[in-house]
Amino acid sequence: MTEQLTPEKLVKSFKDEFKTKIKESRIEKHIAGSKKTEFIHIWLKVDKSIFKNVIKHIFKLEKYPHLAVVSGYEMGKTIDLVYHFSIYYGERAKEISLNITVELPKPNPVIETITDLIPGALITEQEKQEMLGIKVKGIPKDERVFISDDFPKGIYPWRKDKTGPEKMVRNLHEVKK
Amino acid sequence: MSPEATTKTTYRLPIGPIHPALKEPVAFEFEIDGERIVDVRVSLGQVHRSVEWAGMRRNPIQILYLAERICGICSYCHPMAFALAVENIADIEVPERAEYLRVIQAELERICSHILWAGVAAHEIGFDSVLFLTWQMREKVLDLTEYLTGNRITKAITMIGGVRRDITKDMVPKVTEALNYFKDNFEKLRHIFLDDKTFKMRSQGVGILTKEDALQLCACGPTTRASGVKKDVRLDQPYFAYGDLDFDYVTPDILTGEVNGDVYDRIIVRLLEVKQSIELIEQCLDLMPAGDIVSEPKIAKLLATLKKVKGEGIGRMEAPRGEVIHYVKLDENEHPYCWKVRAPTYNNILPWIPMLRGEQIADIPIVAASTDPCMSCTNRVAIVDSGKKYELNREELHKMSVEKTRRLMK
Repeated sequence: MTEQLTPEKLVKSFKDEFKTKIKESRIEKHIAGSKKTEFIHIWLKVDKSIFKNVIKHIFKLEKYPHLAVVSGYEMGKTIDLVYHFSIYYGERAKEISLNITVELPKPNPVIETITDLIPGALITEQEKQEMLGIKVKGIPKDERVFISDDFPKGIYPWRKDKTGPEKMVRNLHEVKK
Repeated sequence: MSPEATTKTTYRLPIGPIHPALKEPVAFEFEIDGERIVDVRVSLGQVHRSVEWAGMRRNPIQILYLAERICGICSYCHPMAFALAVENIADIEVPERAEYLRVIQAELERICSHILWAGVAAHEIGFDSVLFLTWQMREKVLDLTEYLTGNRITKAITMIGGVRRDITKDMVPKVTEALNYFKDNFEKLRHIFLDDKTFKMRSQGVGILTKEDALQLCACGPTTRASGVKKDVRLDQPYFAYGDLDFDYVTPDILTGEVNGDVYDRIIVRLLEVKQSIELIEQCLDLMPAGDIVSEPKIAKLLATLKKVKGEGIGRMEAPRGEVIHYVKLDENEHPYCWKVRAPTYNNILPWIPMLRGEQIADIPIVAASTDPCMSCTNRVAIVDSGKKYELNREELHKMSVEKTRRLMK
């Protein structure tokens, strides 16, 4: 296993490699219990153009970075994805959560797949495609997972604009019997 | 006969969307060559209820109760992971006593879930007397849960900034009594599951997940630990009071000296974790400091504070089946801007594929159940054989599994 970096050095290693393309960085320190054990959450906002290289850079820190899930939400002009990784697991209180946010422009929300690096990312990438209407370039299985095939095309349940599901929602008390 | 018909030796076997071996509706399509599974396809989403969407229209306190209803067995982990995320965003400090109370509830849930699973696993291979034994034990865990929280399943114990009920001094004897009962019965269970010849024959060398596959497919919880990966959020990132307690990663090699990643190893990991959980609760009862159990008892005041908070955060905790992670984004509003729930089974779906490949049809129930997927039940399996459709119902598939056990016993 490669040497473990401190949170500050870890963020610095990203900034040295990608310079201004790392738009924001934040280190959160939380404590828990009587012994005040500390754990770290790191948040990075990266430019879309270097996204795949950032993921490759994580592999230099940890042989098998664990991808928990990809979260996502719509922000008006952009669609943001948050990749939740954990690295340095396997030793007591050493793990660091690494959360990488990437903004995609709404007219052309395309992101590269990371399934070639982490095969376990498949389901979560499929989910983002159907829920947020993004396009994952090079995804090995381009089909729906959670919503059924007869669900109308062009409606994305997590969107907050007119492509959202609002029109399909009915409140039970409003339905005439 | 056409050339295709003579060369094609495989047929397809759909299992699900609903099936007793799968606690959650999910559809499998197996490609079968005689008795052997050649390939597996999994399709999810048979029970999508838009919980996250509903949550984004509720306030954080309401979400606690909604999150509790995501899963009947993990009815504590989901609201707690959400509470952890909100506490991380709003920098809410949790009183020390509450941290210990939270551990006790989490471990009680783990005991309950693992024992329930052990019963289901025994049932899948035709060992129904063991099912009755384990569920009798589970009943005691539920009784204790009811005594501590007031409810048996949806516990409603979580609060942002603490818990809702204390364990007072006069309650401790009853908890100790129950723990002693678990300890006495644990030995019996350990003997049945780990020493029984038939159990070994059905579970050893079946449904293997290699360490490499577990790491690459991002498996989590007992499923990945049984493949030798040391990954447990309780130790990796000690939340609650786990940092103060004395325990270690449970991998099968601590008992047998080797890791195979098969069903037997997954049984070992879960059983040892039951014992570990009992010990953790005992440690908590000893170490628990006095003090408050919640940082802000007035809910209206808490909601008013949360309305002014802006930021994003994650809450991670080790549920019985693996890591639960909730992502929350607050934007100075009554409702969260974004809420993403990730349950452990989400990551343990893809590992099914390497586990099931090369196994026999009769092994499907036990292998599928061995990751402890979050379940629901049904009735029919259809075997499609070159256009002709046979239906194989739940009893028949179960019978095939039981017959295999009987064959091995001869």
